[in-house]
Amino acid sequence: MADYKPNEMMTIAAARALKNDDVCFVGIGMPSAAANLARLTHAPGITLIYESGTLATKPNILPLSIGDGELCETAITTVSVPEMFRYWLQGGRIKVGFLGGAQIDKYANLNTTVVGAYDKPKVRLPGGGGAPEIATSCGEIFIIMAQGKRSFVDKLDFVTSIGHVTGGNSRSELGVKTKGPTKLITDLALFAPDPETKVMTVVSIHQGVTRAQIEENTGWPVKYAAKVDETAPPTARELEVLRDLQARTARATAEAA
Amino acid sequence: MARISSLAEAIISTVRDGDTVAMEGFTHLIPHAAAHEIIRQRRKNLTLIRMTPDLIYDQLIGMGCVDKLIFSWGGNPGVGSLHRFRDAVENGWPHKLAIEEHSHAAMANAYEAGAAGLPCAVFRGYIGGDLPKVNSKIKYIACPFTGEQLAAVPAHRPDVAVIHAQRADKAGNVLIEGVLGVQKEAVLASKRSVVTVEEIVDDLGPRSLNACVLPHWTVGHVAEVPGGAFPSYVQGYYPRNNAYYKQWDAIARERDTFLKWMDENVLKKGPEAFAEHVRKFRDAAE
Repeated sequence: MADYKPNEMMTIAAARALKNDDVCFVGIGMPSAAANLARLTHAPGITLIYESGTLATKPNILPLSIGDGELCETAITTVSVPEMFRYWLQGGRIKVGFLGGAQIDKYANLNTTVVGAYDKPKVRLPGGGGAPEIATSCGEIFIIMAQGKRSFVDKLDFVTSIGHVTGGNSRSELGVKTKGPTKLITDLALFAPDPETKVMTVVSIHQGVTRAQIEENTGWPVKYAAKVDETAPPTARELEVLRDLQARTARATAEAA
Repeated sequence: MARISSLAEAIISTVRDGDTVAMEGFTHLIPHAAAHEIIRQRRKNLTLIRMTPDLIYDQLIGMGCVDKLIFSWGGNPGVGSLHRFRDAVENGWPHKLAIEEHSHAAMANAYEAGAAGLPCAVFRGYIGGDLPKVNSKIKYIACPFTGEQLAAVPAHRPDVAVIHAQRADKAGNVLIEGVLGVQKEAVLASKRSVVTVEEIVDDLGPRSLNACVLPHWTVGHVAEVPGGAFPSYVQGYYPRNNAYYKQWDAIARERDTFLKWMDENVLKKGPEAFAEHVRKFRDAAE
């Protein structure tokens, strides 16, 4: 088996979660790498949508920004941003939304707004962007985040977008009909919500990772499913396609400079 | 009726101290040259609106032109923070910056409501999160037919919209192609507008029957500024300069390197500098 990095395992595990007939709302960074890896391997028919309005886009390189020309040139069509958010997202046309953040809690609520107090922040983060409505309008949400005590926290400084709120039925009690976060994919493990409590629970551990490592990098008491799987390591083909994609992207960025 | 003029003249006659200004562009067609002209003309006390404030708003904030920012995502896409924006929010440098923070859906709906002449936008959003706790402009309204609680935000009605586009004809009809963002809505929602274009042509040329065109009677000033969106991109003219966006991170990180860069590259330059940035792409096309 080839050597691979934890980040590669995370991206590949996220790609595997996507299916050929999914319609997926994609953000920049790891979600974009995962979604395009899925498209270039087991899910050639997947529909990728970026919030810049590009529908069914097939970029040959990964975009640095959400509205890069590569996305528009390879899309079936490009709609305006108001149409994107009204008809396509709010209209319920999107099956899977990908999110990440600076902080996550055990119910997969996310913070991308501030670290510290809102009025006197220690770190002012970019903000929610599309996340508050992606979190409630997509059929379900996959979250990709590398684990660490500063990001996997007991209490968020700010709730930018909701996951399972305070657990149990609290999400549906707000009138939200979509599923919310069904998968949390990290560099160490895969989490899914417990059917009753909705606490994000470890269902699969990546090869070579220990429970102690997961616990050291999680700011809440880690729960494990009754049966915990071992995540299949990346295949040679998955690694090759991901690395090719990243190398193509790096070359294109250097050439454009 | 669109008036064709120089960029300096367009900004002098359109943007006033204390105005609410929306300079839009979604990765694509960001009006860098026009933002630099506003900085050179030392406009102050502006309220800026933008879904995705990036380098130009970092520059306007750092140069002290801005009192308030209405926005939904303020970062350098794929790179990281906007350091001048952060310094203003975290440390009040060069002065305190008020913020009114929304989600993208709210901002897009607010522009559309402004263009439609409505007082507010109604949409399904902000459910369960903390933004409504820190932004008093986010309110709720019950659907009169179903009773569903929906979010409402005021329509955007800027004093001025500033955008960049591919080209205009001599009457001032403006063609926008590619990633459209919210530019059409921003212009139609605003009292006044400035549009910079790559070129002013006799005829807009071959286009889809459903092309996005702002008719000349909806546009204020049109100024020809080749390269005016650089380092952003213009579909069909030049690509995004991603390396420049990465370099901005180091330039803007410290106050003195930022001020030095602004002095050399903005205060001591004019809009004609933008043509140089994209000359190799223009030469290749000819």
